[in-house]
Amino acid sequence: MNTFEERRAHLKGLSNNELKERFWQLSEQLVEPLLKMGHENTTPSIERSVLLRMGFSSLEVKAIVDKAMELELLGHGAGNIVYRLSKENNTPIRETGLQLAGGQLWDQATKIFKN
Amino acid sequence: MDNPNKRLEIEKILENLENYRPRRRGWTWRKPAKNLKMSHFTYKEASEPLKESVPLITAHNFENIDPQPLPVITTEIASGRFEDDIRRMRMAAHHGADHIMVIRTAGQSHFDGLIEGSPQGIGGIPITRKQVRAQRKALDMIEDEVGRPINYHSYVSGVAGADIAVMFAEEGVNGVHQDPQYNVLYRNVNTIRSFVDACESKKLIAWAGQAQIDGAHNANATARDAWKVMPELMVQHAINSAFSHKVGIPKKNICLSTVPPSHTPGPSVFMDLPYAVALRQFFEGYGMRAQMHTKYIESSTRDATVTHVLNMLISKLTSADIQSTITPDEGRNVPWHIYNIEALDTAKQTLLGLDGLMEMIEIKETGPLWDTVRELQERAVLFLEEIIEKGGYLNAVEQGFFVDSGYYPERNGDGIKRPINGGIGAGTVIKREKDYMAPVTAHYGYNNVAQYDENAVNNPSILIDGCTLEKPEKIIYIDELDQTDNVYERMKDIKDHHAGTLLSPEMEWMADGTVMINMCFPTDISRAQAAALECAKAMNLKNVEIIHKEVLHKTEGTRIELKGTLDINIKTDELVIPKEPDLLSDDEIRADIEQNPMVIVCGTVGEDEHSVGLREIIDIKHGGIEKYGIQVHYLGTSVPTEKLVNAAIELNATAILASTIISHDDIHYKNIANIHQIATEMGVRDKITFVAGGTQISPEIAVSKGADAAFTRGTKGIHVASFLVKSRQNKKGTS
Repeated sequence: MNTFEERRAHLKGLSNNELKERFWQLSEQLVEPLLKMGHENTTPSIERSVLLRMGFSSLEVKAIVDKAMELELLGHGAGNIVYRLSKENNTPIRETGLQLAGGQLWDQATKIFKN
Repeated sequence: MDNPNKRLEIEKILENLENYRPRRRGWTWRKPAKNLKMSHFTYKEASEPLKESVPLITAHNFENIDPQPLPVITTEIASGRFEDDIRRMRMAAHHGADHIMVIRTAGQSHFDGLIEGSPQGIGGIPITRKQVRAQRKALDMIEDEVGRPINYHSYVSGVAGADIAVMFAEEGVNGVHQDPQYNVLYRNVNTIRSFVDACESKKLIAWAGQAQIDGAHNANATARDAWKVMPELMVQHAINSAFSHKVGIPKKNICLSTVPPSHTPGPSVFMDLPYAVALRQFFEGYGMRAQMHTKYIESSTRDATVTHVLNMLISKLTSADIQSTITPDEGRNVPWHIYNIEALDTAKQTLLGLDGLMEMIEIKETGPLWDTVRELQERAVLFLEEIIEKGGYLNAVEQGFFVDSGYYPERNGDGIKRPINGGIGAGTVIKREKDYMAPVTAHYGYNNVAQYDENAVNNPSILIDGCTLEKPEKIIYIDELDQTDNVYERMKDIKDHHAGTLLSPEMEWMADGTVMINMCFPTDISRAQAAALECAKAMNLKNVEIIHKEVLHKTEGTRIELKGTLDINIKTDELVIPKEPDLLSDDEIRADIEQNPMVIVCGTVGEDEHSVGLREIIDIKHGGIEKYGIQVHYLGTSVPTEKLVNAAIELNATAILASTIISHDDIHYKNIANIHQIATEMGVRDKITFVAGGTQISPEIAVSKGADAAFTRGTKGIHVASFLVKSRQNKKGTS
């Protein structure tokens, strides 16, 4: 590990503003890949949060997301599963979700999303 | 609130919660009141005053004004019972808090989903929809009462971060802690999981207009040599700030939890000020939440209070949008009501005392401060460079870059290491498929809405006719899941206390029975502790614990503070309350004196040079008894008791007013007894009314020593004049 005096050689000549700009340019560079991960991935918490917004209780969203996780369907979106089945079966969103939370419709979901 | 003089009815708050809707969203700053005039003073940096409040303890000298400083002032509440938290919120709001931060129960970070109902917590409450709703509803009432919006705040972290963020957005929570680095470093949540979840949480925070506070201050509280982490603190702030801003939170709502990193006996201001300046230069445009230093907090409430004040000096010399308070008892127990209030008063008093300071002084343009500012900034830039060099944030965390106690670029190798694939929630991050879709508002990242409807791309929730953020009636409210651990069961046992018919001492929960005793023993620390426990036993205290000890001298004296519980239930309606004095009006007193002039003699007796109190009672300019036309012969201070009696005889005075302040060895009561005795021996005691006064006087004891009446703190001229007139009328009546 070099000392501070050696390490700072390339920063010495920067003005205060240039140093500040460098600080933010590096910070943004550093968070870019983290934001990309967020853009391309999802998690059980995110999917539960989607279902909560679709009008399900915390108990219902957990049942649906856990099952979708187990069946490796979560990458399609838990909200998508509910929405798609609701359209396919012509049943309201809430009723469809309750059926899923109760363990029903999962064969149908697997068939649709695993094709 | 219907009536500010009435206690909060928790039962009423709990009623009809299923239909409660928050009345606003987002954060509220205080409204500045430039050059505010109150009493004799003009304030340069005050905000709009409150409708109802409790002013500082000294305000009665200044027409009871209660000016409010400009920054939002925080109080952190952590009793573990939300119904007791609510009562404390009301106390806090009346002392000037407009940011109520509710601490979560231990372990909630690792709870995979929302908790429901109102179970009791440890060191905080389990944050549930019911508790949040009840507290927000209570704060609606409280803010109407004080006349200022109150921000409600809690934590979006752990493995249910996004779940909680939705619930907070739905329930009108105004401020949140959200920093994925906190999860990683201090809660061992998997790094990738934590950042992916944070994208969604921050999107919701942006939608709800909430102020967001980061978690950087924890590095200061955790590192071995806390002051050395300054470069890292700037890096942690930058990571969360840049990340949050890119997700969509406006800069002003991204608040840095910035802490003065050093502590006394170090030269803390000399070390902390350059850091504060360096930070504010780099983070221009972001919000500053001035957090208090906690790393070296001990059990001394005095020490914690001085730290708080020194930290606020840094706030004042630089800037603070949100001024946090640290309860001075945080170093020894889960904070108590009284210490939340002490901390709030400390903040208010300090900020008011320093009002306008920067109009008179400025930071020097050259000198050691700027050298250190530049050095800290360069060290922070070097830190960022090395993270990128090592392959980015995930690798840096894996290699233990953070919370290392070396002064970067020095390293001590004691940083926290988190493997990329380790921690809670590892392996739960799932790649979104091409058809991934979420038909809701405030959703971050890839969302193939177009597969269903091209027109819904910018507004995905129209696919389902609106989500809960547009249609709160779609929220499914759960009341209770546990039939034994809930608010109704807790309140059942102490319903008489809640109703106010029974009283018990209390520090954090209704009827907890907790009392604190201060003692001093003329011995060493071990014996003093053992002796204190014996005293507690004799006082019938249970669950006794020594909470603070301090050496006055290693053999001459030890100070002990202990807490215990006292099993007592006092029937409120059986309490004997001393009657308020029955006062005559100004006009009645004047009329009586005009008709029948009154002469009195007065002075401070004994070897006692105090004069302020007595002058307040007699001087016309203080509203003293002279204004009623009473002729006052003031004999001065250190007046011998005989002289006072002799003067009264000579002037044919109606009354003697003797002030006696010094109370050592009960000399004040001895003086009183002495005057009574001399007057009796001279045969004038019956004719002369004898009034005693002083700050340390108990009126009952003074009367037992021979005074006709005695007055202590808070007495005004009218109290004494009223008594003198009535006493003379009574004497006439009986003679």
